[in-house]
Amino acid sequence: MATLTAPSAKHADAPINQKLTPSDKVALHRQMVRIRAFEQLSIQHYQGGKMGGFLHLYIGQESVAVGTISLLGENDHVITAYRDHGHALASGMNMNECMAELFGKATGCSKGKGGSMHYFAPDKNYWGGHGIVAGQTPLGLGLAYGLKYQDKKGCALCYLGDGAVNQGAFHESLNLASLWNLPVIYIIENNGYSMGTSQRRSSAYKSCLAERAEGYNIDWEQFNGEDIYEVRARTQVAIERAHNESRPSVLEIATYRWEGHSVADANKMKYRTKEEVERYQAEHDPIQVWKRNLLQEGAATEAELKAIDKEAWKEAEDSAEFAKNSPYPTPESIFEDVYWEVDNKTESGSSGRHFFND
Amino acid sequence: MPRQLSYRHALREAFDEELARDPMVVLMGEEVAQYNGAYKVTEGLWEKWGDKRIVDTPISEAGFIGMGVGASMLGVRPVMELMFWSFYTVAWDQIINNGGMVRYMSGGKIHCPIVVRGPANGGTGVGATHSHTPENIMAGFPGMKVVCPSTAYDAKGLMKTAIRDNDPVMFMESTALYGELWDVPSNDEIPGGELIIPFGVADIKRVGTDITLIAHGRAVITCLKAAEILEAEHGIHAEVVDIRTVRPLDEDTILDSVTKTHRAIYVEEGKPFCGVGAQIAYMIQNRVFDELDAPVQRVCSLDAPAIYSPPLEKIQIPYPEVIVAKALSIC
Ligand SMILES: Cc1ncc(C[n+]2csc(CCOP(=O)(O)OP(=O)(O)O)c2C)c(N)n1
Ligand SMILES: [Mg+2]
Repeated sequence: MATLTAPSAKHADAPINQKLTPSDKVALHRQMVRIRAFEQLSIQHYQGGKMGGFLHLYIGQESVAVGTISLLGENDHVITAYRDHGHALASGMNMNECMAELFGKATGCSKGKGGSMHYFAPDKNYWGGHGIVAGQTPLGLGLAYGLKYQDKKGCALCYLGDGAVNQGAFHESLNLASLWNLPVIYIIENNGYSMGTSQRRSSAYKSCLAERAEGYNIDWEQFNGEDIYEVRARTQVAIERAHNESRPSVLEIATYRWEGHSVADANKMKYRTKEEVERYQAEHDPIQVWKRNLLQEGAATEAELKAIDKEAWKEAEDSAEFAKNSPYPTPESIFEDVYWEVDNKTESGSSGRHFFND
Repeated sequence: MPRQLSYRHALREAFDEELARDPMVVLMGEEVAQYNGAYKVTEGLWEKWGDKRIVDTPISEAGFIGMGVGASMLGVRPVMELMFWSFYTVAWDQIINNGGMVRYMSGGKIHCPIVVRGPANGGTGVGATHSHTPENIMAGFPGMKVVCPSTAYDAKGLMKTAIRDNDPVMFMESTALYGELWDVPSNDEIPGGELIIPFGVADIKRVGTDITLIAHGRAVITCLKAAEILEAEHGIHAEVVDIRTVRPLDEDTILDSVTKTHRAIYVEEGKPFCGVGAQIAYMIQNRVFDELDAPVQRVCSLDAPAIYSPPLEKIQIPYPEVIVAKALSIC
């Protein structure tokens, strides 16, 4: 888990960070603030009964998605688990489609069919949003394989939790990644808990979870996620390794989720102490850490940052308005998007029966 | 006043009694111990029984369920929770190829007294990956038993039987039922001192004369609501047969009912293709063809992956009005 860090000169000096203009730095801030505003507003609407099922919030972890995704280029791809709002917005999805998806509306990114855990935007190299723990880890490998197969210089960032590392599919993926030299970067977002189970109660390890990569001859690193400079500097090394050597990496990034496992986590104050949560909020809030960087460097003023907050909230509120005013999917649409051939009315899609109610 | 218990509480009572009865019984799964269970089914059991009997697992379904199968070969009686039955796919090989086949392939030398349990239902806004209803799939493997209780009473009695059973039992619950209350007598009100319901014995949940609604799991409750509407608004007296266990299957109770009513509908929350109702419709026409006044009908979930959108999801799963409409089409 994260410890208190001051803005790190060492990482600010990394070449990839030296390239950032003041306005790039402010843009990183804006992304984090947007994600937070989006999610904080979504809690209100969840509690107001506008959504079903789960709502897994990313609040407290924003610097990880924003920092890592800010490094990506044309042939770099992203795939994650069900705690996916932050990665989606950082990948360039807009709040309207994301909020409408939560509301189950036809204007949602998945037409209301996927919900909170299943955001997708292949046009933005964002491949979901996956509900089965570690189910995305072979898919991330597949994105890397697809890139290599097509001779494209790129990589796949595949995010997973500290609980997900114990699924067999992840271990099989690590072996394949190393054996076949695939440009996948597994990012373990270690927020200390899988639901109500602490890392210690769920995982056997020597020094840390990423060290398991050692056995597969994969390069790995463990570091704090609260300072975007550090996230960018250290992830960039893995990206270059993927791009230039077609080799995988495992990065374990320490972070913390402020809210319960999902909004419906009845035990959220039972498996960790109030003091622990408050300490992270007070001392390790990635938005505050970055804000401190920006102010110290003179990249932005308090007033400018306040204006960004306000804009983000306005954008979130507008998205909720958009979602509210959007239509639900039609009953007929239940049968759309099941088969490509049927939707596209091809010969294959029209021979034989595809659906079996009466 | 008969005692009322929620479905989850009834299950917990079954666990508690079986934990007391047999030191080989162990409960295992993600968040079942210290967190009290994601759906609070195992609440309080870890506090009472401790680390040896109530075990939190990492998120490694293939590993811990396979481990349970292996331990059951040696005489342990594991009751394994899948937080959602939907996650069975991760443990599929262990459940089917090991749990389901080892007895046969060893020529009967080995058996696996394991229970795999958890909620198997849609309708809770969690999307396609979390809304599977695999009772027909599991029942497709000889060697497996499949149990789908619809009430707290049945849940308790069937769970106790499942834990004592020497074959792998796939026990499918419903998050939509966990909080519902039913009469569940306490042990001192029961002759013999405990509530045990044998497998392969259906239960007529409502007596009627005009049509038989057959179902398992929560669809039974939906059928009961439909039967009320049929009676109140259409003067049709529906009989509701709860098969309770999909495999073994009580064919006689179904056939007797259809012989009386001459009409039948199978209702299930699963998909239609090779659904439980397909097997039962075949059985009915094969055995009592001459008794039928209409073709056997089915009401299933709409045949697409589970949609998230809450109002659409509501109509994807059978609800009373579609059963009523289906009944009217053949009455
Ligand atoms: C195969 C599977 N098993 C269990 C679950 C239920 N579940 C969802 S998230 C979760 C905890 C995962 O924790 P972690 O990997 O640390 O990710 P975090 O939630 O902290 O982001 C569990 C047990 C699931 N979705 N899929
Ligand atoms: Mg975690």
